Amino acid sequence: MGPTGVEGFMYPNEVELQWSILIVLYPFITGLVAGAFILASLERVFNVSAVKPTYRLALLTALAFLLVAPLPLQLHLGHPERSYEMYLTPHTSSAMAMFGFVYLWYLMVVLLLEIWLDYRVEIVEFSQTARAPWRWVYRILTLGSRNISPRARRIDERVGYVITVIGIPSAFLLHGYVGFIFGSVKANAWWSTPLMPVVFLFSAMVSGIAAVMLIYMAASKVRKVAIDMRCLDTICQYLFYVFVIDFSLEMLDLIHRVYEADESFRSLDFMVHTRLWASQVVLQILVGTVTPLVLLGANQVFKFREGARKAMYAAAGCLTMVGIFAMRWNVVIGGQLFSKSYLGYTSYKLQFATREGLGASIVLMLLPFAILWALLKLLPPWLEEKEPAGI
Amino acid sequence: MEINRRKFLILTTSIAAMTSSGEPSATSSPGAYDVHAHWWGMTIDIDKCIGCGNCVRACAVENSVPEGFYRTWIERYEVPPGEDATPVVASPDGGIHGFPPMQGADAKRFFVPKLCNQCAMSPCVQVCPVGATFVSPDGVVLVDEKYCLGCRYCVQACPYGCRYIHPVKKTVDKCTLCYHRITQGLTTACCEACPTGARQLADLKNPSDPVHEFLRNNKIQVLKPQMATRSKTFYRALDGAVR
Repeated sequence: MGPTGVEGFMYPNEVELQWSILIVLYPFITGLVAGAFILASLERVFNVSAVKPTYRLALLTALAFLLVAPLPLQLHLGHPERSYEMYLTPHTSSAMAMFGFVYLWYLMVVLLLEIWLDYRVEIVEFSQTARAPWRWVYRILTLGSRNISPRARRIDERVGYVITVIGIPSAFLLHGYVGFIFGSVKANAWWSTPLMPVVFLFSAMVSGIAAVMLIYMAASKVRKVAIDMRCLDTICQYLFYVFVIDFSLEMLDLIHRVYEADESFRSLDFMVHTRLWASQVVLQILVGTVTPLVLLGANQVFKFREGARKAMYAAAGCLTMVGIFAMRWNVVIGGQLFSKSYLGYTSYKLQFATREGLGASIVLMLLPFAILWALLKLLPPWLEEKEPAGI
Repeated sequence: MEINRRKFLILTTSIAAMTSSGEPSATSSPGAYDVHAHWWGMTIDIDKCIGCGNCVRACAVENSVPEGFYRTWIERYEVPPGEDATPVVASPDGGIHGFPPMQGADAKRFFVPKLCNQCAMSPCVQVCPVGATFVSPDGVVLVDEKYCLGCRYCVQACPYGCRYIHPVKKTVDKCTLCYHRITQGLTTACCEACPTGARQLADLKNPSDPVHEFLRNNKIQVLKPQMATRSKTFYRALDGAVR
C-alpha cells in the first residue's frame, strides 16, 4: 500500500510537497506590490488624473505589502539564519539568487525614495507642528532636508517623476522575475513556459489594482467620506482592460498546452479534472475571472446607478482577489501535485498551527494591513487632510 | 600562558590533523587522490538488476539516510501489452525490502535502479541561490550542508526526484556517489552490495576503466534525455516506458 494521498506512482522522494502555502503567498504579495505601484504610476507618468485620489494610497499599499513580501520566504527556509548569504555570495546562475537585489532595488531605490519625495513637504511641516514624540519621528524622516521652497519642490517633483519612470520597469522586473523563478524550472511541465513571467506580471497588475480599489472603498467608508466615482470608474476601467489581457494570456497558455499535447498533457489534464477542479476551474476561472470580468465589462457597456456600480465594483474586486490567489495556489501547489514521472499524483495537506500552516499564512496576510494602517496614520494620503491623523 | 615542549607538540599535531582532514588535497603526493584525474559516473545494466534491494539497504546504512527518504531506490516496471499501455510502476519503501513476486506472464517486467544522475549540466546546481550545491572537479554533484539555506529550489529543479530535505539537518540531501569512499579508492556502497554487478562505478577519465568498453559495446540511454542535463548515469537496456 502506498503513502496516504498518493495515487499511481510518485518517485519516493516526491511524496512530500516541497513548497507550501507560504510560497503561494510570496507571488501573491509581490503581485499586489507591483500592481499597486503600476496603478500609482498611471497618475504620475501617464497623467490619468482621475485616479489621483488613490495615488498615495497605492504607494503606501505597495510599501506595506513589500515589507512583508520576504517574510513567507524567510519562514519557509530550512535555515533562515543563513539567508543573508544570498547577498554575500549570490550564485549568479540562479534565478532565486537575484531576489534580494531585485527586492532591495525596488524597496530602497524606487518605493521609499518616491514616497519620501512625495511626502517631503508634509514631513517637514509635521516635523514642526506635530507633538512630541511624533515630532521626532518626522524630524528623522526629513533626513535633514528641510528646504521646501518652490524651487526645492520643483526638483522633488522632477526627481519623483524620473523615479516613477524607473519604477515601472522595476515593478515589471519584480513580478516578472517571480514568474521567471517558476517558468524556468524545466523539470516541471506545469511551470515551464516562457509565458509564466508575462502571465504573472499581468495577474499582478490585476490583483494590485483590485486591492487598492477595495482599500480605497473601505477607507472611504471608514472615514465617512464620499467615494470619488470618477476615480472608481477609471480604476475599474483599467482593471477590466488589464484583466482581459491577463485572461487572454492564460487561455493562450491553456490552448497551447491542449493543442501541443506533449507527454505531460495527460497528467496535467487529469489534474485539472480532479485535484485542481475546485481551485482552478471553479475558483480561479469561473468565480475569480469570468464573473468579475462580466461585472466590470457590463459597466463598460451599460450605465448603472452609483449604488449599483459600487456594489458591482466591490464584488468584482473581491472575486478578483479570490481568483488571483487561486491562480497562485494552482501554480505553486498544483505544480507539485503530479509526479515528474507523469505516472502519479500526490496531495497537499494544509495544517493550521505549524510554521508553514494556515495560521502563519493568515498572520502574514494580516500583517500588511497593520503596517498600512500605521503608514496611513503616519503619512495620511488623503488629499484634503493636512494633519497627521491621531498624532 | 606558558607553552612547554609537550603543549607545543600537542598543539602542532592538532593543527596538522585539522588541516589534513576534510576533502582530499588537489595537490598530489604519491598515492594521494587527484581530484582532477577523475570524472565519475555510473553504469546500470537493467537486465542484470534482480530488485533485491541490497543497494538501497547498503546506501541507507553507509550514508545514514533517514527513514522514508532515498539516495537510491529501485522501481519495478510492469508494462502491459499494447501500443499505448501505461506502465504500472511500484517502489515500495524505495525497494529497500525487495519486491514481492508478481503473478501472470503477460506484462513485460523489469527493475530500474535510480540515483542522482551526476549531471554535468545540472539543473540543481544552476538554481541554488548560494552555490551550496556544486559540481566537484571530478564530476560529482555535492552539497555543502553548512551553506545550504534549505530553500528547496534544487529539489524542484531535479527532473529525476533524487533530492530531499533531511528531516533533522533541514538542508538538502542526495547521493554523493559515496564520495568519502571513491576518493579512497573504493567503490560506492550500492555497487559493492550489488550481487549481480548491475551497477558499476565509472571513471570516465580513466582510459582503462571498463566503462569505455561498456559504452562502446552496448545500446546506452540516459534518463529523460530531453532534459539535456548531460547525465552521467548510463543505462543499458533501458525501456522506453521508463520515466
